[in-house]
Amino acid sequence: MEKCIACGICAEKCPAKAVDEFNQGLATRKAAYLPYAQAVPFKYVLDPGRCIYFKKGGRCKACEKFCPAGAINFDEKEEIVKIEVGSIILTGGFRPFDPSRFDNYQYSTLPNVVSSIEFERILSAGGPYAGDVVRLSDQRKARRIAWLQCVGSRDVNRCDNEYCSSVCCMYAIKEAMVAKEHIGDDFVGAIFYMDIRTYGKGFERYLERAKSEGVRFIRSRVHTITQADETGTLKIEYYLEESGKVVEEEFDMVVLSVGMEPAKPAVDLAKNLGIRLNQYNFVDTEDFLPVATSRPGIYVAGLLQGCKDIPQCVMEASAAACASATSLAPSRGQLIKEHVFPKENDVTDEGPRIGVFVCNCGVNIGGFADVPAIAEYAKTLPNVVYVEENLFTCSQDTQEKMVEVIREHALNRLVVAACSPKTHEALFQETIRKAGLNQHLFEMANIRNQCTWVHSDSKETATEKAKDLVRMAIAKASLLEPIPDVVVEIERSALVIGGGVAGMNAALSLADQGFPTTIVEKSSVLGGNARDIKETWGGKDVNKYLSDLVNRVESHPRMEVLLNAEVTGSSGFIGNFETEVLHKGEARIIKHGVGIIATGARASSTDEYLYGKNPRVTRWHELEQDPDKIRNAKAVAFILCVGSRDERRPYCSRLCCTTSITQAIHLKEQKPDMEIFILYRDIRTYGEKEALYRKAREKGIIFIRYTPEKKPIVNEVGDGLEIRVFDPVLQRDLLIKSDFLNLATAIEPSGHEELASYFKLPLDDDRFFVEAHAKLRPVDFANDGLFVCGLAHHPKPIDESITQAMAAASRASVVLSKPSIKISPIVAQIDSDRCIGCGLCAQVCSFGGILMEEIEGKGYRAKNIQASCKGCGLCAASCPQRAVDMLHFRDRQILAAVSAGI
Amino acid sequence: MTKRESNDLIGSVMVVGGGITGLQSALDLAESGYYVYLVEKSPAVGGVMAQLDKTFPTNDCAM
Ligand SMILES: Cc1cc2nc3c(=O)[nH]c(=O)nc-3n(C[C@H](O)[C@H](O)[C@H](O)COP(=O)(O)OP(=O)(O)OC[C@H]3O[C@@H](n4cnc5c(N)ncnc54)[C@H](O)[C@@H]3O)c2cc1C
Ligand code: SF4
Ligand code: SF4
Repeated sequence: MEKCIACGICAEKCPAKAVDEFNQGLATRKAAYLPYAQAVPFKYVLDPGRCIYFKKGGRCKACEKFCPAGAINFDEKEEIVKIEVGSIILTGGFRPFDPSRFDNYQYSTLPNVVSSIEFERILSAGGPYAGDVVRLSDQRKARRIAWLQCVGSRDVNRCDNEYCSSVCCMYAIKEAMVAKEHIGDDFVGAIFYMDIRTYGKGFERYLERAKSEGVRFIRSRVHTITQADETGTLKIEYYLEESGKVVEEEFDMVVLSVGMEPAKPAVDLAKNLGIRLNQYNFVDTEDFLPVATSRPGIYVAGLLQGCKDIPQCVMEASAAACASATSLAPSRGQLIKEHVFPKENDVTDEGPRIGVFVCNCGVNIGGFADVPAIAEYAKTLPNVVYVEENLFTCSQDTQEKMVEVIREHALNRLVVAACSPKTHEALFQETIRKAGLNQHLFEMANIRNQCTWVHSDSKETATEKAKDLVRMAIAKASLLEPIPDVVVEIERSALVIGGGVAGMNAALSLADQGFPTTIVEKSSVLGGNARDIKETWGGKDVNKYLSDLVNRVESHPRMEVLLNAEVTGSSGFIGNFETEVLHKGEARIIKHGVGIIATGARASSTDEYLYGKNPRVTRWHELEQDPDKIRNAKAVAFILCVGSRDERRPYCSRLCCTTSITQAIHLKEQKPDMEIFILYRDIRTYGEKEALYRKAREKGIIFIRYTPEKKPIVNEVGDGLEIRVFDPVLQRDLLIKSDFLNLATAIEPSGHEELASYFKLPLDDDRFFVEAHAKLRPVDFANDGLFVCGLAHHPKPIDESITQAMAAASRASVVLSKPSIKISPIVAQIDSDRCIGCGLCAQVCSFGGILMEEIEGKGYRAKNIQASCKGCGLCAASCPQRAVDMLHFRDRQILAAVSAGI
Repeated sequence: MTKRESNDLIGSVMVVGGGITGLQSALDLAESGYYVYLVEKSPAVGGVMAQLDKTFPTNDCAM
């Protein structure tokens, strides 16, 4: 594998075809193949099940014959290796539900009925139809597409998967929107669903956007799909609520939104390890320890623990890393070695001596451009003292050669003309460091991705363009300067703002790993919203948990808790923050290396449904906190989505459906003859919470849907309440008599604005904090060294808040685990003599990378904070005085390249 | 391998599965001072996410 240079000749020469599982069997590949175009590692492999040599024994070996790198080894054997580790994290291990089990959808017989995963591949530009949405029956363009939701989810009658798969509503909406982009205005899209579950951050807006773009959402469970004609057009029948009739409609394609199941090999592995699974075969975890399995030292994250989306997987992954790191804290650093490079040569006073390596990349470049001519040309350019041509410049032996050549010819700049810096720059930079050169004395000319791949039809054009690119790279290289690493010392302590469940968990995780941590809590007690909660959705006692947690926090030797404390300002950057805190009237400055924002949220108030006017109307946990009320009640009603999912707050508060259902079940268990009504818009008991919804219905709790256009009307009558609600299924008003009404009001953030301004953190339109990336960096802020967790990020139940808190601690410990960190030295450089202090640069920088410093007698001058600067160059572009220059991309370096190009 | 602490903790972690979840766990641990063995049964990491065309809610490319 080390030798493979991914030229692809093996796959070209291999005579054996196989089904391409990456494309869900919609295409074929060879027995020698690259799993997919962006595979990591980017190496070809042999499929022994398909390879003629392995199947027939002793013959073929075409790949071995043609491989230019000698990378194919037919003698490689499977080996059993024994590894000692301190802990284990189990991840992955799910499979999409196989819809061929359902004969009414005729997935196996009707070609135009596809699964959602197949549809993803059809949409993909790298997929079997290059992104054209075509009907599999006749390859004609598909225009009318239906999605059927909950296939293999929320269904105990036909498939035993009682849970909601949590992601299919959202991916169906996404697929519909992308299909519309590919198909154009002719697109007719319909999503058939039971409840639409867009409960995540930003998801409700996504749903509204899809509706406004014409995707139809039809609340109806489709029972059968039939073929409408010989070409493969499909017909489905469904019940249309508004008209009260069964309608027929034709579609070119029907996509089955399949759910997810634990995969057998992963389940077997978990069983072999003696780990407890739950009734659905997911690894069993407890609400307060969301990533711990039943076996100490073994943790779980991702879909093996239950259905969830990407951000939730990423949070759990970091949470599991946190749990592992906490349990192994004393052994941190024990097994890792720092890579040491030789001392750097000082090249500042030398004239440029440039070496150029031109790569053939097998036939990728060499086959489409005249590489020897390019190399010859490079020799004629100024400052070039050495030129070499390689079959593969990235191969291991070329790296060794490169080091020798640099030393032998005393080269002080290096240019590689090859594939793309995106994939290979880091490799070559490491090589020149080994030869004693600063890594920034390197430049790459992209003559493959941006040249031979685009001009494969004309060798002459490709060669000429490659020469231009090489000339430009050399012109820039002549002006390159060594840039020293920027090393920032780390103050190895943390500040956590907010002492709710999230804040306390984050703080404990860090303190347990050995890092001193301070919690700043505005109120006079720890605990936040959890103080009002009796039980988690999984049935765990919150009061007891909370008092244990508070105890652990208060007695921790590395923890300081400041109650009645408020943050009043902050400055600094990763590793070196200084935050002002007002504690009991006294101002203090806390130095800390990282900061975690866990300031939570609260239940909003409302003036709807007589709240605040009639004592029989309560919200959230107020009703269950008043046992007297409940004792004599004959009927209780709940209204959900009060103030959520509307114009003012176009988001779903995520946990109110589950919480209200949990409360209703409790009431029913206490008083089985009590009548309970839940008035809802969509029930969003995602994941295994779906079981609660089923249980509630089985217990006789009555669910009545309402629409936002015709909201329920609540009136006082005698000694109770009367609720009038329009039932869209029956298409008529219902009248409910109830003793009490409990409202699930929206969960909203409060008072985030000031903190956001002190730490220069962004808030979204709903005033929740905005993470660096909604999926891949769900707890990091774009500003390094700061993290978010809990309700401050978005509404979520306790178990998810704990996961996110541990994730934030994990990310923070990456920073705190070293005494100093290296940061990218490619930053802005400000000439303070030219600066006139206008502050434009500070305004455009989104990373807090520029500080306006007051200088005596001069007014303000801009100063770059290297640790915060991302090197984006916005400041340089905005400066009217041209006082800002970007290291490695100085004006004169770019100009030199551009002038050489024209 | 270097010395073993007397408390017998081993500063390494095995992460089973090289999908998005496994990769994130592995990166966090490796970057905070632990040796990580990432075990993946197929020849490339990335898991199911690599098969997706675009991902909600940002609609950016899964790669
Ligand atoms: C009304 C409501 C009902 C809920 N019901 C349930 C339920 O039934 N089941 C369930 O699982 N989950 C429920 N949750 C969610 C659950 O409460 C949270 O997931 C969990 O408690 C984690 O909260 P947190 O620590 O992020 O925030 P919070 O509990 O809000 O804690 C934040 C803390 O930060 C402090 N703070 C705020 N601003 C500052 C500042 N500037 N400086 C210093 N301190 C500050 C606050 O005083 C508070 O103590 C509910 C949430 C709400 C709002
Ligand atoms: S309700 Fe749940 S199972 Fe059904 S499609 Fe939506 S996310 Fe999937
Ligand atoms: S009640 Fe809450 S969780 Fe349920 S749909 Fe409405 S806002 Fe979302």
